[in-house]
Amino acid sequence: MSAEVPEAASAEEQKSEHNMLPWSLQPSIPNSLEEMEDKVTSPEKAEEAKLKARYPHLGQKPGGSDFLRKRLQKGQKYFDSGDYNMAKAKMKNKQLPTAAPDKTEVTGDHIPTPQDLPQRKPSLVASKLAG
Amino acid sequence: MAAGGGGCPAGGNDFQWCFSQVKGAIDEDVAEADIISTVEFNYSGDLLATGDKGGRVVIFQREQENKSRPHSRGEYNVYSTFQSHEPEFDYLKSLEIEEKINKIRWLPQQNAAHFLLSTNDKTIKLWKISERDKRAEGYNLKDEDGRLRDPFRITALRVPILKPMDLMVEASPRRIFANAHTYHINSISVNSDHETYLSADDLRINLWHLEITDRSFNIVDIKPANMEELTEVITAAEFHPHQCNVFVYSSSKGTIRLCDMRSSALCDRHSKFFEEPEDPSSRSFFSEIISSISDVKFSHSGRYMMTRDYLSVKVWDLNMESRPVETHQVHEYLRSKLCSLYENDCIFDKFECCWNGSDSAIMTGSYNNFFRMFDRDTRRDVTLEASRESSKPRASLKPRKVCTGGKRRKDEISVDSLDFNKKILHTAWHPVDNVIAVAATNNLYIFQDKIN
Repeated sequence: MSAEVPEAASAEEQKSEHNMLPWSLQPSIPNSLEEMEDKVTSPEKAEEAKLKARYPHLGQKPGGSDFLRKRLQKGQKYFDSGDYNMAKAKMKNKQLPTAAPDKTEVTGDHIPTPQDLPQRKPSLVASKLAG
Repeated sequence: MAAGGGGCPAGGNDFQWCFSQVKGAIDEDVAEADIISTVEFNYSGDLLATGDKGGRVVIFQREQENKSRPHSRGEYNVYSTFQSHEPEFDYLKSLEIEEKINKIRWLPQQNAAHFLLSTNDKTIKLWKISERDKRAEGYNLKDEDGRLRDPFRITALRVPILKPMDLMVEASPRRIFANAHTYHINSISVNSDHETYLSADDLRINLWHLEITDRSFNIVDIKPANMEELTEVITAAEFHPHQCNVFVYSSSKGTIRLCDMRSSALCDRHSKFFEEPEDPSSRSFFSEIISSISDVKFSHSGRYMMTRDYLSVKVWDLNMESRPVETHQVHEYLRSKLCSLYENDCIFDKFECCWNGSDSAIMTGSYNNFFRMFDRDTRRDVTLEASRESSKPRASLKPRKVCTGGKRRKDEISVDSLDFNKKILHTAWHPVDNVIAVAATNNLYIFQDKIN
């Protein structure tokens, strides 16, 4: 049967000290015998323990703002046209530095140039679906 | 919960899915630009549009029944292709704007031309696709090759006549709806009034009029005053198929809000709030992530809506907010793989889902080029595969089965052998017939029901 008929939800199947706290204050890693017993029965909790073991510094609030903010920042590249033009003006009197052979991360002290940013060109080739 | 098909050869509804066509390159090396990012049938099902990461749109048209070529009945062939969006760089915000087509939505046909909306992360475009099969000949002021004639040399006048020409399908951008979204557009939805549509990004939903490009109304804004307090984002939005004042939007926390535009100009306060109660003791690090809804679709009837989260598809009755009326497990065996799926980012994959024309069946994709179909009436489900191996013309698809336990049968595949790079995120079902389009990375598969 693929469809599950919803049953009456029982919100507190296991009364324990943990369930008295609001969920946001509950520890996210198992630190009690009861929760460790859960590990055996719940594959999800077992996976969580595995993840915590590999990344002990993983944030307490997984769906929280750090994670979401990373999603909202998609597409961000570091290019400051002001810095670039200032650097270009300074370089007029000096020798132009040769471009780095390989494209490295463009952040920090290095003033990025449009050449450093990976070129985005529109697809000039027709879609292969139309072939 | 069955991981594969039951006794019936190809699932419920007495479907017998057969391979019909496959589009796209065969070679293993897939160019990023060729990855299909959206698939959509138009209202009649005669046209099928695809969008890809390279910003291109390809439209296929169904061949009419032809007595001299009986086997080409119902085949989809290329009708038009064009570059919809191009990559941009926003220098002010240091933002690269991808040309990837996130969504295509057709407008209902009102004249000989076809219209569709296509969107990338920032800009929505209205495209007109029209046919030209006649050409005027015999102009007075210019030659047949277009050179202008000297008006003083003209001694006689003639009336230009229309002559037939080879069919030419032209696509032209008629409207460009830009600069209304700070965040990335995830959905567009045409209203049943055929005059307006909505566009949704991570934090806001805007209402547009199809004729007006320099103004749009913000109808939902969930951006908190302090971004540190951000806890959820909008993941999908859709207008009700019949009630032009009603729309829904889903969130990354697994909730759906139904809003009525008659209640207020800004629909920050929902009319209905759909959320399934969760057992707090079963909560884990992954709970919120896998509850994030990646797609929401109203049924054709307008009575139900379906949501897709990472592991399941849920059907909700709009009259009941407390819990879904149906829950279908797509690939429950992945629950014991969540750690690896988090590490390789697969846990963030956004799968879509779709209804068949009569709302009796639903379909969604999975990994290893598998896709799942659920029959709501018979409660049967089936797992099918889009692969070149089962691509013989009119060959029936064999149900697939994933083995979770120790003993693997001959034609089963174990969870650890699944290819997580072969994801079926986008599928579409013909609005009337039993024809389905399945996007497998850079290939488009079309399957038809044998009885069709």
